[in-house]
Amino acid sequence: MAKLILSLEGSVIREVPLDKERITIGRRPQNDIQIENLAVSGEHACIVTILNDSFLEDLGSTNGTLVNGNPIKKHILQNNDVIEIGKYKLKYVVELATAAAPVAQDDFERTMVMKSSPGRPVAPPPTAAPLTSPPTGAPRPAAGPLTSPPMPRAAGPAAAAPKPAATEAQPLAALQLLTGPNAGKEIELVKNLTTLGKPGLQVAVITRRPQGYFITHVEGVSFPVVNGKTLDAQAHQLNDHDVIELAGVKMEFFLKR
Amino acid sequence: MPNLSSVLEVVTATHPGMVRSHNEDSLAADAENGLAVLADGMGGYNAGEVASGIAVEMIRTEMKKALASRKPETLNGGDAERLIEAHAARANTAIYRASQSQPHYSGMGTTLVVALWHDDRLSVGHIGDSRLYRLRDGALEQITRDHSLLQEQIDSGMITREQARHSQNKNLVTRAVGIDPEVETEVHTYSVQPDDLYLLCSDGLSDMVSDEDMQLTLSSLAANLPLAAEQLIQLANDNGGRDNISVILVRIAKRYPARTGVLDRVKAWFK
Repeated sequence: MAKLILSLEGSVIREVPLDKERITIGRRPQNDIQIENLAVSGEHACIVTILNDSFLEDLGSTNGTLVNGNPIKKHILQNNDVIEIGKYKLKYVVELATAAAPVAQDDFERTMVMKSSPGRPVAPPPTAAPLTSPPTGAPRPAAGPLTSPPMPRAAGPAAAAPKPAATEAQPLAALQLLTGPNAGKEIELVKNLTTLGKPGLQVAVITRRPQGYFITHVEGVSFPVVNGKTLDAQAHQLNDHDVIELAGVKMEFFLKR
Repeated sequence: MPNLSSVLEVVTATHPGMVRSHNEDSLAADAENGLAVLADGMGGYNAGEVASGIAVEMIRTEMKKALASRKPETLNGGDAERLIEAHAARANTAIYRASQSQPHYSGMGTTLVVALWHDDRLSVGHIGDSRLYRLRDGALEQITRDHSLLQEQIDSGMITREQARHSQNKNLVTRAVGIDPEVETEVHTYSVQPDDLYLLCSDGLSDMVSDEDMQLTLSSLAANLPLAAEQLIQLANDNGGRDNISVILVRIAKRYPARTGVLDRVKAWFK
């Protein structure tokens, strides 16, 4: 669990664990973290914690909220971020167990949790052991092929198809066109596979997978460019706010939460 | 036979999947002769690989020989169907004998799907639950109908297609090559159009990837067949990859009528 270390001019006042979904900071007594200082607004800021992510939001305070020296309205807290409210500092610290995990890792873990929802097996069935494979056709009476009993096709246990695609756990992502006649237009990546570009000239595909979103070249002599770097024929994983250039059009990839 | 390598664009791909330690699927494609063969073996030890390997290798080499000795104008739909039936029957006999003579091959068998393109047509034979699909004008259609318990249940109205998706009985086939002394191959002939895209696959694909996703993948990536094949396998593995996954993709670049020109026919008529 993460915590905040409240300090004033270098001396620690107290530690506050982020054990509630919503923790408020302000001058008034009903706040979870009360700071009695006139530079602090009555309801100054709040921190919403969902699983491993904590979101800091300024609640329209008079004097504003800084994170690492920069004013913010909304901010996803990273380990060791320093929040400044008036002269007070609140350091955001993630406990050691998860401190090493970058944000991407958190996303991955969350995906795993959602995959274990009912109807979707968590672990694969035991690998087919050759020694215990069923005697296919052995206990079969002599009969024509049409009336033979069904023959087991596989050595492993019959498994219901995990039809709900694993990709359901993916956050929704979209592309925003930055240049070209449709600049400003947003394309939501709602399908497992979205093709982009001009057929015959240059086409790329963005695939949605359990591990994230990937862009791959499909056709054309020129390959897509991501953040100024030309890709090769291999699939390339996209990160939030990557800029893609394709068939003369620039677009930004971003995750929608 | 006319050389079809300029007519058919063929890509094959196979993967053991995420669960199985070895791959019991076998496949072969021969664009020149317009032939594609895919088999999904079953049986203990490595018997499944042996069975599917025998079926594919026998059909590939024997049919190639048989086609080499044919004059193109003599091969019609009926001939192609008989050719497929005859070679499936020979593979059945070979696998059955091997399983009878060697204890560790006892009970081995395989599914089979054989496609032969000829004269603007396609003849397809199948046994078991390996499938042939066709993408035409953006719509994917399953051409073969499984010989499986599930398909029988659907046909008899016991369960709906939607219920079948969640059935526990996906792994039960009602017909296979090499299990009995004789096997009946289901063979049909279809007309072919330029830009048709055909997919032969084992159940490792069709059980793991919905028809909608297959259609989306094939129609989006038709310009890059190797990528389309790779993407299908990736989809199956992302969804769990419970079984070996094999795909053969065949795209028809243009028409390929047998060389029976008007002059040939007129000559034949006056003889």
